[in-house]
Amino acid sequence: MDLAEVEYDGGARLTCPGDYITSSQAFMRGHGTYVENDQVIASVAGTVERVNKLVTVRAIRTRYSPEVGDLVVGRITEVQPKRWKVDANSRQDAVLMLSSVNLPGGVQRRKLESDELQMRTFFEEGDLLVAEVQAFFSDGAMSLHTRSLKYGKLRNGQLIAVPPILVRRLKSHFITLPCGVDLILGLNGYIWVSKHVKDNDQEGEEGFDAEAVYSSQNDDIDEATRSAISSVTNIIRVLAAHFVPLTDAILLEAYAWVMDQEIGTKDILQEETSDFLVAALTSSRE
Amino acid sequence: MVRQMVVESVYCKILNDGGFRSDGRRQYELRDINIDLGQQGSADGSASVSHGLTQVLVSVFGPREAKMRSQTIHDRANINVEVAVAPFSTGERRRRGRGDKRILEFASTIKSTFEPVIQTALYPRSQIDIFVQILQQDGGVLQACINATTLALASAGIPLLDFVCAVTGGVHSTSPLLDLTTLEENDVPHVTVAVMPRTGKVTLVTMETRLHVDRFEDIFRVGCEAGKVIHKEMRAAVKERTRSVGSGGGPDVGDRDVVMEERMEDY
Repeated sequence: MDLAEVEYDGGARLTCPGDYITSSQAFMRGHGTYVENDQVIASVAGTVERVNKLVTVRAIRTRYSPEVGDLVVGRITEVQPKRWKVDANSRQDAVLMLSSVNLPGGVQRRKLESDELQMRTFFEEGDLLVAEVQAFFSDGAMSLHTRSLKYGKLRNGQLIAVPPILVRRLKSHFITLPCGVDLILGLNGYIWVSKHVKDNDQEGEEGFDAEAVYSSQNDDIDEATRSAISSVTNIIRVLAAHFVPLTDAILLEAYAWVMDQEIGTKDILQEETSDFLVAALTSSRE
Repeated sequence: MVRQMVVESVYCKILNDGGFRSDGRRQYELRDINIDLGQQGSADGSASVSHGLTQVLVSVFGPREAKMRSQTIHDRANINVEVAVAPFSTGERRRRGRGDKRILEFASTIKSTFEPVIQTALYPRSQIDIFVQILQQDGGVLQACINATTLALASAGIPLLDFVCAVTGGVHSTSPLLDLTTLEENDVPHVTVAVMPRTGKVTLVTMETRLHVDRFEDIFRVGCEAGKVIHKEMRAAVKERTRSVGSGGGPDVGDRDVVMEERMEDY
């Protein structure tokens, strides 16, 4: 009842911390709310969302809150016994157990004591990796796994961080742009832009070439690819600054627009150009 | 006689016969409030607030993994407040180190003000860093810091029970004054009150001067009222930011509704 009344000034209802949303007798409280004296009250600034009887408030800008199955890009911060700590833009560092990575010499291999001793040969502090959220610990920290050939160490590219809310769940978070650039959109707001790897190189026979997967050595990247990578990162920076949600379609369109207008890599970041870019994208979507 | 005249002219009156203060305000008048919620570097949330000539900048990082393991608390987030005073912020130029006792006390005041307001239990083993920078001082520094911290926390998406709105009140002979400048703070006993406007709960009352008991209630009450006025300003600023960010070609609401409907059908 109340929800319908006060709702919707031009779309979504906006709240501030401490705002009364509705009665707790008619509705259930979700994230971003709390109950006091039979009232559901917002605790963050954002938009009210409702699914049946569940009322949640989604903050506009906040840290990444993980869900099982999410694809994330992270950076190793610490090597601990049998596990790595990974910074994934979340409220705590994620954990990558030694038992949830692919070890060299066969996918289905038990881990040995010798593996524990040479953990740094797989991942070292500062290494970037792409992984999937596997489970949660009791305190809410997430556990990752890289037990797929799609996941693992990242190289040949560049990282950018955007607000996590801008990355939506997509059919695939691995995107290949026609300019020879691969993109990995981590749901935690970390985006990896790298040189394109041919599909058959990636998979190989019997999966898995440990040398290649855990190598920290960049390949040769030619000038054209380098500038393409920089252009793509600059486009993403511009879109993030204007709070445009990032999907494969929008990124493709943006890149095509930039190429079409023959804008240099550096010039994408100029305020005027970036405004035009965003305007072109929003107008074409409407 | 002569001496008295000199005294009168040197110390300008706190409240003149017309009921005006040294900067032309009335008794209960607040100074201009300026709020900027723009993004500051890589901070999760930041706010710059000025009350008249007092200006502070607050950046909030987190909740994030604690830098020092010893600081983690197993069932809630740890709040870490660091205050820096710019040497150019006062009339006389003076450097204060980070270890300065006064500044540490100031930081712990801010921390204890926000501990009951932030829902720390949602973030076990994490840390919320609040960095306060005092850029200009002209009285009411604590109030500016608290207001800016509230706004920075709100823009970082950290769950708060309510806004915290602080204001300084003083008393000149028997008449209460609000939002004191340095000039007035030097001469007049003053109290800083921080209220949560929705419930009217008070999270902080602090004073460094002596104040007569009979006067306290007056100031306290006026301070709570003024907190609600400041709340209106702060709320408007946060709303405006939410609106501009949310609609800036951004996550379009229509799209999200569709997603939601799809989800509902799944069930």
